[in-house]
Amino acid sequence: MAELRLKSSRFRAEREPDWRRLEALLTRVEKGSAASLSVDELIAAPVLYRAALSSLSVARATSLDQSLIDYLESLSARAYFLVYGSRVTALERAGRFFARDWPQAAQSMWRETLICFGLTLIGTLVAFILTTQDPNWYGAFMPAGMAGGRDPAATTAALRATLFDNYHSKGLSVFATALFTHNSGVALMAFALGFAFGVPTAMLELQNGCVLGAIFALFVSHHLGVDLGGWIFIHGVTELFAIMLAGGGGMRIGWALAFPGRRTRLAAAAEEGRRAATLMAGVVVMLLCAGLLEGIGRQVIQVTWIRYAIAASTGVAWLSYLYVPRNWPSSERSSQPDAVNAHG
Amino acid sequence: MAKKPTPSVALAVAPNARIRELITPEGVDLRLQLAEASERAAAFLLDVAIMVGALIAMTIVVIVVMILAGVAGGQAGFEAMAIIWLLGFFVLRNFYFTLFELTSRAATPGKRIMGLRVASRNGAALTADAIFGRNAMRELEVFLPATFLFANGHDVDALLSTLGIVWTGVFVLFPLFNRDRLRVGDIVAGTWVVKTPRRRLLRDMADTDFAAHRAFTFTHAQIDAYGIKELHVLEEVLRRYEAQTVAAVAARIRGKIGWTRGDTEGDGDFLDAYYRALRGRLEQKLLFGKRRRDKFDTA
Repeated sequence: MAELRLKSSRFRAEREPDWRRLEALLTRVEKGSAASLSVDELIAAPVLYRAALSSLSVARATSLDQSLIDYLESLSARAYFLVYGSRVTALERAGRFFARDWPQAAQSMWRETLICFGLTLIGTLVAFILTTQDPNWYGAFMPAGMAGGRDPAATTAALRATLFDNYHSKGLSVFATALFTHNSGVALMAFALGFAFGVPTAMLELQNGCVLGAIFALFVSHHLGVDLGGWIFIHGVTELFAIMLAGGGGMRIGWALAFPGRRTRLAAAAEEGRRAATLMAGVVVMLLCAGLLEGIGRQVIQVTWIRYAIAASTGVAWLSYLYVPRNWPSSERSSQPDAVNAHG
Repeated sequence: MAKKPTPSVALAVAPNARIRELITPEGVDLRLQLAEASERAAAFLLDVAIMVGALIAMTIVVIVVMILAGVAGGQAGFEAMAIIWLLGFFVLRNFYFTLFELTSRAATPGKRIMGLRVASRNGAALTADAIFGRNAMRELEVFLPATFLFANGHDVDALLSTLGIVWTGVFVLFPLFNRDRLRVGDIVAGTWVVKTPRRRLLRDMADTDFAAHRAFTFTHAQIDAYGIKELHVLEEVLRRYEAQTVAAVAARIRGKIGWTRGDTEGDGDFLDAYYRALRGRLEQKLLFGKRRRDKFDTA
């Protein structure tokens, strides 16, 4: 009777228990987490995976049972993602991000960040000069929703009140949260718009500067420029810097798409996109800090020179954290695209 | 199809345009299948439905707790709930996709239901920055178009909104215009979305009741009437085992190979026996390096 059985059927009967074991293991991991595996299973997984792969090779070469090959392909692919998936824990990942990845990404994009800084500065200056000469420009630069009663018609006393009154003292933390979520949205948008070759990002940065210039022109005309500076920069150093970094990341993507150099366009976009995304994750962290400074710090601290002191120290802190050169431990491999080929 | 000059090529086992090579470090090609645009759209809509559902549930819970806290804790309780809602909304809007794709399944609930997952295009491990990047781009692909679509008529004039919709439409429909169904986020992050179907191991159709096959002995000429493609069709027929189809296919094969039907011969038994004989023969040829694609393949 045995000789009646096809070789491929015998092959299958012999290997099937191993496949079933691997399948059960995968199902469990996919339902929960890798933590649900015992030590024995963790050791067995790669072995079973290689056995499944070898079965797949043999089956492709010798068996014509279509369902068997389909099954082994899907089983091997599932196991591949488990065995060659990322092994770092969330904590390690976060540690590496703060210690290395984020500053590294920021440093590699200093040019784009500088361009965004320049654009914001140009926007500020242009809006400042125009509004100073003709207050009617104010309405053109300032979105209606953002003005909040700060318009050319307001009295000096009223403007002063917006800078120092504790008008939000009751709902400080809610205010901080709302600002953080809003600003993160703006920053993410500046980043994503970079895909359109960076043009809308540049416009967003310019416009951001224009708002700043217009409001400064208004307050300077009432001799409140210095106080406004304190009011804005206590959080604005962090916030504006974050939005410039986000814009810089976006521009890098747009640049890589437009001028990929010797890489293919797709490879260039993917490589720069991942680096920019790392920077972007940092931007969200910065905006969280800015939201806290704006919502709580600014309302609690009502003295202009202390506000300036905080602004200056945040500026120094961010710049030195991100840009001071240091010796990176050399482990570049994980982000390199040829990781798989290197193994083979 | 029959009109094509080289039928053996045209009829080769259904070539799937979405199959991509993924060579493992062990040197085996896993032949990943990319997700169709329709599947991804369905997964996305499922995710949106889940997000909206979660948002509604969260809002109801927050309002109820707010009322209770407002009675008990006053202003502080009220504020705490407002912050929880704002942060919850923020996380849901910006990090729903990212957080789910960071898990070992690398898929949001919608993708899981559709049997999809995110994978790195170069075969390396999927990194957190790639996942963050591909989802940050949704700002451009989802939220910006939505802003234009639901733009308030008082704020922006119609022409501007329309232009906005057309412009952002380019990003929304991006996956339809490339071979790999990459959306903007996939391009920027170096990822794509592949199918990870969970297939069950089905019965081996050649491993059946041998006693019933004793009655059938086919000559080499009779077995050589068909190739691999026909074998796979026959495998499907036997798996489904619909009486009418089985009878029709059995009659067809008998006609082709010139087999005279015995008095007590069942169609199913005949097909079983022929399937095993054909598979055995073709597999034997396979061992000698000959892969006979279909009945036209005479090489």
